[in-house]
Amino acid sequence: MADNRDDDSEYTIQEGDYVVLKRGDIFKAVQIQSKKKVIFEKQWFFLDKAVGHLYSTAFEIVSGGILQPKKPKDAESSTDAKEAGRDNRNIVDDGKSQKLTRDDIETLKEQGLKGQEIIQQLIENSSTFKDKTEYAQDKYIKKKKRKYENTVTILKPSCRILAMMYHGREPGKICHLRYDTLAQMLTLGNIHAGSKVLVFETCAGLVLGAVMERMGGYGSVIQMYPGGEPVRAGVESFGFPAHFHDMLHDFPICHVNALLAGTLDTTAKDPSAASKQASVAAEEEQKQPEAEQQGNPQEQSMETNSGADGSHDREKEEKEKRKEAKAQEKKVKQEEKRKKLAAAASLLEGRNADGLVIASRFHPCPVLMGLIKFLSPSRPFVVYSQHKEPLIECYTKLKEHGGTVNLRLTDTWLRHYQVLPNRTHPLLLMSGGGGYLLSGTTVAMDRSKPAGSQRAEEPAPKRLKLTDTEG
Amino acid sequence: MSFVEYSDLIQEGDVAIVYLGHESLMPVKVQQGAQTQTRYGVIRHSTDLIGQRYGSKVTCSKGGWVYVLHPTPELWTVSLPHRTQILYTTDIATITMMLELKPGSVVCESGTGSGSLSHAILRTVAPTGHLHTVEFHQQRAEKVAEEFKEHRVDHLVTVRNQDVCKDGFGVSGVADAVFLDIPSPWEAVRHAKTAMKKHGGRLCSFSPCIEQVQRTCETLADQGFEEISTLEVLLRVHDVRTVSLPLPDFGPDPFAQTPPGAAEKTPPNQASAALKTTTPPREIPGHTGYLTFATKPRT
Repeated sequence: MADNRDDDSEYTIQEGDYVVLKRGDIFKAVQIQSKKKVIFEKQWFFLDKAVGHLYSTAFEIVSGGILQPKKPKDAESSTDAKEAGRDNRNIVDDGKSQKLTRDDIETLKEQGLKGQEIIQQLIENSSTFKDKTEYAQDKYIKKKKRKYENTVTILKPSCRILAMMYHGREPGKICHLRYDTLAQMLTLGNIHAGSKVLVFETCAGLVLGAVMERMGGYGSVIQMYPGGEPVRAGVESFGFPAHFHDMLHDFPICHVNALLAGTLDTTAKDPSAASKQASVAAEEEQKQPEAEQQGNPQEQSMETNSGADGSHDREKEEKEKRKEAKAQEKKVKQEEKRKKLAAAASLLEGRNADGLVIASRFHPCPVLMGLIKFLSPSRPFVVYSQHKEPLIECYTKLKEHGGTVNLRLTDTWLRHYQVLPNRTHPLLLMSGGGGYLLSGTTVAMDRSKPAGSQRAEEPAPKRLKLTDTEG
Repeated sequence: MSFVEYSDLIQEGDVAIVYLGHESLMPVKVQQGAQTQTRYGVIRHSTDLIGQRYGSKVTCSKGGWVYVLHPTPELWTVSLPHRTQILYTTDIATITMMLELKPGSVVCESGTGSGSLSHAILRTVAPTGHLHTVEFHQQRAEKVAEEFKEHRVDHLVTVRNQDVCKDGFGVSGVADAVFLDIPSPWEAVRHAKTAMKKHGGRLCSFSPCIEQVQRTCETLADQGFEEISTLEVLLRVHDVRTVSLPLPDFGPDPFAQTPPGAAEKTPPNQASAALKTTTPPREIPGHTGYLTFATKPRT
């Protein structure tokens, strides 16, 4: 079962691909478009030369903003035993150790020196380098590399990379959802191929894309959206194959109550009425822009052809034709929209969804109480909130309402480590918070007993003080 | 029922998860005529389970009740019979995302242990992926293979009873991802490399001790792995509670202005204020293991 086919096509960068640029821990999602300038880490370059290379290739940005694949040898710095000191007791930090000035370095850059060469120059012109310990020298080189190297690696997008990118670059756009929290959501929600999942998110489409990636194009995802149009720019960055979009539906939440009450009408309207409505609307639409477009030339032509009625009639005909064409277009679009709504509604009205994922800036409590009705019993749901209190409300509401078990309010603590011989320790800075999750499982609603008689989820604390109560 | 596909009704041969209450779950093999004892009484499979909907409430013989849930890898993780220390959902979720697992992925894992992570991997790579899992303990290997069959996921997994450090994973050039949870992961790195696709892939090693992590990272770097990164993730649970905080009595306040009509509502000796908040559990897991991730470049 070895991978015999040498088919590299899915691993090769192609024009139009959505990719992620990477340097160190900095990521940026872009699309490969020929002759389009891209800015990344204060550098401008073109991605044209990347086409045809394999993903994960590291490129050097040479003059003119052209990419050149980096040779592996360049990446290695000599690890010969350098002269080094034992400790820093005699090293005085007076800011004068580096003999090269900022201008000198700029000159070197303009001369086209590569990052590695500039670093070499800095080392040679540093009066204290040879006195630093080996470890301090390593640290110094790493620091300079970060500043002066001009390599960029082109990666194939994945949930992991995009989640880290968004969290590092634009956390506000994703409600400060940290990538490990997203990982928890996907697992707690049992997101897998072949299920039917509802997603309500205002995270630029990151959460939606992550769910779609884990479903692999199988099953269906219904994006419940507030407002007029679903927002999912982030989904594009995943670079899914076209057929993945066949499993993605959307449904505006303003119709949820009607759908639940059975009063949502998604049938095709009377066709003649539709066309009348369309043409009237089209006419009204046309009046303003057409008047602006054709105002002057029309006047001119009327002036010059004041006596020629024939051409005037022809123009009128053409105007009519354009109006009709636009009306037709609008009718077709409306019909498409209606069909989509009907398809999403039919997926929802069975109230047999397999999972629910909520991650938005909206108050999660009403969102959850509204959408949980669409789930079958014995299915998981996950609600993300940047803040804890709204989830406490959700928890309380769910307990009162009944129909759920295994409720858990959690957050995760994430810590990275530096692992080097004799220098292993956690990193100095940690993420302060990644948001909170409320997860649980639906169960059959208890019709006979009132909700208040639910078995208490919390165990009775020992040595109970009279003033403490649960729930 | 299967661990990779939902169904609505409980059938004979299913493995269902019985929910007894807060953090108390029990797996049950559904069989005609069988009975299961719980602290709330007996569950009779033929009448109480078979043909009922997953998620139903079942009243047991003593009058108490339970819920019967459709199995998921997460419910299995907290209810499975331990043969070894297992990985819990928090680490599993992180591993799944950082290894970029998805439908169609081919994964190699060692050691299988009690199969906690294995079930989660199977759920994620189904229906077109595969898991090659290696366990050097014969009985554990047999037991987990049995469970895969009962859980109707055996078509997605191959269990091999061998020592991954000596004999590798039994496949080469097929894996998108490799996971190691063994005492000496550095000994398996070269086998991981062999098992992975030549285009590259992701690797994860889980180790409780920092010394193991150090050796593993060194070996990964020597073997040409990139993007080596070590992290740990811990779960914090917040228990929702209503707490009553007593209010102090400083005696009658001669300067206090009582707004009209409110005088009777707040008697001067009001005992306490109720507050809805969360409290952490007494003790929490402070460490499970360090997760080291790396990328194998194209070879």
